[in-house]
Amino acid sequence: MVTTMQPNVLILRAPGTNCDLETAFAFERAGAKTERLHVNRVLENPALFERFQILCLPGGFSYGDDVAAGRILGNQIQHHLADRMAEFRAEGKLILGICNGFQILIKCGALLPPDAELGPPATLTWNDSGRFEDRWVELGTDGEKCVFLKGIERMYLPVAHAEGKFVTRDRAVLDRLDADGQLVLRYRPLSERTPAVADGQVPFPDNPNGSMGNVAGVCDATGRVLGLMPHPERHIDRTHHPRWTRPETETTGDGLAVFVNAVEYFR
Amino acid sequence: MLWEIDIYPAPGQPNLLAQSVTAEAADLGFPDALRVVAAHGYLVQGDLTETQVRRIAAELLADRVVQRTVIGRVGDAALVEPPEGLPRLVHVLPKPGVTDPVAESARAAIADFDIRADAVRTLKKYWIAGLDDEQLATLSAKILANDAIEQVIVGPLGFEHLAVGSPYTFELVTVAIREADAAALTKLSLEGQLFLSLAEMQTIQAHFRSLGRDPTDVELETVAQTWSEHCSHKTLAGRIRYRGPEGERTFDNMLKETIFAATVKIREQAGENDWCVSVFEDNAGIVRFDDKYNVVFKVETHNHPSALEPYGGANTGIGGVIRDPMGTGMGARPICNTDVFCFAPPDTPSEEIPQGVLHPRRLMKGGDTGVRDNGNRMGIPTVNGAVYFDRRYLGNPLVYCGNIGLIPRDKSFKHPHPGDLVVAMGGRTGRDGIHGATFSSAELTHQSDELSGGAVQIGNAITEKMLLDVLLVAQERGLYNAVTDCGAGGFSSAVGEMGEKIGAEVWLDRVPLKYEGLSYTEIWISEAQERMVLSVPEDKWDALAELCRSEGVEATVIGRFVPTGRLMLKYNDRQVADLAMQFLHDGRPPVVREATYSPPPVQPLPLPVKDVWDHTGELTRILGSLNVASKHWVIRQYDHEVQGGSVIKPLVGANNDGPSDAAVLRPVLDSRRGIVVSCGMNPCYGDLDTHAMAAGAIDEAVRNAVAVGADPARIAILDNFCWGNTDRAETLGSLVRAAIACYDVATALGTPFVSGKDSLNNEFRPEGAAEPIAIPPSLLISALGMVDDVEKCVTMDLKEPDNYLYQVGLTREELGGSHFALVHSLSGGRVPGVDAKMARRIFAAVHRAIDAGLVQACHDLSEGGLAVAAAEMAFAGNLGLRVFLGQMPQAIDPDGRSAAALAELEKKVHNTELHPLATYPGATAALLFSESNTRFLCEVRPEDTERFEAALGDVPHALVGEVVDTGQLQIVGVPCPIPDDHGNPTTEIGAPLVVEADIDVLKEAWQKPLRW
Repeated sequence: MVTTMQPNVLILRAPGTNCDLETAFAFERAGAKTERLHVNRVLENPALFERFQILCLPGGFSYGDDVAAGRILGNQIQHHLADRMAEFRAEGKLILGICNGFQILIKCGALLPPDAELGPPATLTWNDSGRFEDRWVELGTDGEKCVFLKGIERMYLPVAHAEGKFVTRDRAVLDRLDADGQLVLRYRPLSERTPAVADGQVPFPDNPNGSMGNVAGVCDATGRVLGLMPHPERHIDRTHHPRWTRPETETTGDGLAVFVNAVEYFR
Repeated sequence: MLWEIDIYPAPGQPNLLAQSVTAEAADLGFPDALRVVAAHGYLVQGDLTETQVRRIAAELLADRVVQRTVIGRVGDAALVEPPEGLPRLVHVLPKPGVTDPVAESARAAIADFDIRADAVRTLKKYWIAGLDDEQLATLSAKILANDAIEQVIVGPLGFEHLAVGSPYTFELVTVAIREADAAALTKLSLEGQLFLSLAEMQTIQAHFRSLGRDPTDVELETVAQTWSEHCSHKTLAGRIRYRGPEGERTFDNMLKETIFAATVKIREQAGENDWCVSVFEDNAGIVRFDDKYNVVFKVETHNHPSALEPYGGANTGIGGVIRDPMGTGMGARPICNTDVFCFAPPDTPSEEIPQGVLHPRRLMKGGDTGVRDNGNRMGIPTVNGAVYFDRRYLGNPLVYCGNIGLIPRDKSFKHPHPGDLVVAMGGRTGRDGIHGATFSSAELTHQSDELSGGAVQIGNAITEKMLLDVLLVAQERGLYNAVTDCGAGGFSSAVGEMGEKIGAEVWLDRVPLKYEGLSYTEIWISEAQERMVLSVPEDKWDALAELCRSEGVEATVIGRFVPTGRLMLKYNDRQVADLAMQFLHDGRPPVVREATYSPPPVQPLPLPVKDVWDHTGELTRILGSLNVASKHWVIRQYDHEVQGGSVIKPLVGANNDGPSDAAVLRPVLDSRRGIVVSCGMNPCYGDLDTHAMAAGAIDEAVRNAVAVGADPARIAILDNFCWGNTDRAETLGSLVRAAIACYDVATALGTPFVSGKDSLNNEFRPEGAAEPIAIPPSLLISALGMVDDVEKCVTMDLKEPDNYLYQVGLTREELGGSHFALVHSLSGGRVPGVDAKMARRIFAAVHRAIDAGLVQACHDLSEGGLAVAAAEMAFAGNLGLRVFLGQMPQAIDPDGRSAAALAELEKKVHNTELHPLATYPGATAALLFSESNTRFLCEVRPEDTERFEAALGDVPHALVGEVVDTGQLQIVGVPCPIPDDHGNPTTEIGAPLVVEADIDVLKEAWQKPLRW
């Protein structure tokens, strides 16, 4: 069947989503078909999910990041679409949340399910700098659990966010997620000039937001749901690299592999 | 019932809000004893149970992992229990009626819990210790709140209800102007904030006398909006008698005969190659991009609102200019933003700040975050800009915001049809920004914040993004015949302009309102944000309404374009206005304005006396001067990569931190074609000669674009004049002279103006001062260039050791208005001029070389001249550089004395090659720091030098240096006679090292001043 060869991606957009076009372009470049749908269409007709193999929540400022980044759309999903999302995952399909999409996945509980008593195990909150920043980061992958990161050891990608600091409820949660291999993407020192810090915490700006455990991306227990703060869709072309004009730079776009992995998963 | 939910950081989490307050307070000299704990919160009004409130607090408003809440009914003791024993409590809330986007979102999100809240308002709560009453009041006024939009409540909240507006009772108001004398007319214009001249008031009077009736208030307002400086540009597009160094000239329409005329001439000369599509007619200029698309560019200013409330002013400045391309043709998709700011120095002592003026540091932070929050939320990369500093911007900062859009070629023109419905789309109408258009025609005073507080608007970017999303779909589906934005003047301007050739009837009672109580006049002239007006054929209305409904965007039929040639306004079927479009648009009385200009005579620049060769200290001072210093603090807060087309970013180089000359992006993701965005401005030159200033700004904008690879034959430019009060003949004269320069240089370069805007009366009168402070003449030139293949673009950072460095273009002794003069507090000197014919050849030559792949790095020479450009290239590339001043292409005339000394010396020193400037004392400063226009530094590989030189042909150029791996910048001076111990020249010739510094030291000097 053709559909199993070429996955169909639902790019879910909401008021304030703004990375939907380039994310769709990245998926298409990787060989997928894409459809951008407003969240209202899915709320009216949740059965729309059935047409798709991949759900992507792209970057942006859903509902203006008002109240907290990802909170309002996260609640909408939790209130109206949680079962559909759970089914989608249970069917072996893939879910990717980039930047605001990661914030939404965290806030709606789809990525790290909340404890009935203690509440959510983790959150994404304000950068230590207290402000939005756009800068490039060096990332390392950790483990083999995540479908999207298969075969990827490192990536150089931009972050552009104000609320990207990954914080767990306590240290034990962080250790458990680590032990379970779910902390799949981490900020690394940009160069050997970055000073080492005793507790393994990579300093600013290499860890751009002060995330605990230098966490930049987290997957769920199945490895088929990934949320990450950096933007892989912004590095799929040689000329995206901030130093592509320099002779020592060799790149074909580190981020493209994330989308290719998603597509390959269905081949 | 009024519930309050206060949200504090959980134990162990940083209190970022409190930290930013204490940091600001430390900068402004508050006592070290100051301690602050801050919370943000929500007031929720409605019939809610405590369980419901606790649920929305836990699941919506607060984040359990990092925050804790205090919940109660307003008045409950728990809410005013001081944390950590800090005794003083200050609440800050948006004033009633001020847009509060977070509260609006929260209210909608609460509804998603099936819980109904009648009203929501956000608040901030500060607990403070260590200040006395007076200090607390100062802290509240200077840091915690802005009186223009926020209210401060010290102690417990004294109210139990949120004001939500009260009903409006219709009453038709007429204004008796037929019998008014001149004094009464003047008073009416001022007190009604119409800001019309007496002659204009008399014209209106005569018009209504001939009709045999008095105007209604809304008729008078409509005329004032339409005739306002902001909407009609009556000064610059008016009659002017000019006397200047060029002789005497009389203009019927100054802009048309200078700026527009340049474009007309260039288009004629281009013939079939004319790539301008629509210039000076729509909301933005349109030029050709490729076979499918055109690009649209507009730059606006939002100075007066930003002076009162920088965050809201800049936020709606960018939000407003984004709607210009959206309202151009049939609607363009915005692809990038630009922003340029002018402030007083941020280190201005607090005690020097006049009453009614915000500290420049606060203006800068507010302006920057305002642009950030709108641009980022809209998903539009902010890719180019600048920040300039001058004392004279103290009471009158400048905020220029630009937006570029992409539009299908066949959607580039609009045609409203008679019979079409007038449809308002987007945000609701409130009292925001009433009198913004007329207010921008007024001089600011220390009372401006009280008189014109209504002129401040707060944007809601997401409302605008939702509007954009449906507009683009509607455009593709052809659901309307015309679109325009609601900017200054609100519906009055938008409907008035769109219906100018037809006529329109508007039913004001149908306009959706944010709250009750607006009069028909307020509805008509409100400048509430995020609104567009569309001309919709009746048979397309259902489809458009359904599209809007499907994405939660409000669209309302508010009238009809009817072929009457009249503008008719109704409220509940009562006619409130009936104006002839012709009177509205052509009835303004012609005024002949006087303009004179004589540039001050050139005074010699007294060079500082130096007893050492070394100029490194001067270089680091210039690198650290505010105009030159790194703006990374601003740049990084803007998302400059969203939309996925970024090619050359604002910060480039080995560590992503060098200053790029221009931005390049690919607006069409599957194409290699790019646009180049740059700007040019130099407020330092205008005091010496506004012709030179304008010429230099054009040259700089173009050379910045060319430096990254733009084709100089395909660069379009925009003008934004910000000036003082042009009622003074000499102020107007200085502007006319700049406009004449625009014509001269644009035509010589073949670079058309495609859009522009002016902002006059940028003056501030401190309390009790006789004379206002006028801003320096400030002409911003924005450039939009094209590259066929973005992979041919270059950046300014040095690439590899052993490459050569060339200077292209001539260095002249032009230190007037330079940063060398600025850091030495010197006046005088010759201001840099532009040889536009030569410039055209140089731009073409540099482009030939870049296009052929012969240039590894290219940087323009501007503020700080060669030395600054060389330093920036070196530290951006993390490489060393050795430059030889004696090799520089230059046209410096040594004065007679040094020529004689040279001849004398040549007699003594046989067989030694002497540099013509060997004994000229001003040579080193001029060669290092002169700001002559049309110059580039190019890095070239040794194997490419022959081809590079061939590509440049006969334009002035020379090999001036080499890239080294020492990590040092060394600049070697002109070979000259070495002095003996007594300072007298000997016959020994040597070349002194005039600059020597580690690039890390230079970079630190450049980054430190604005590393906030």
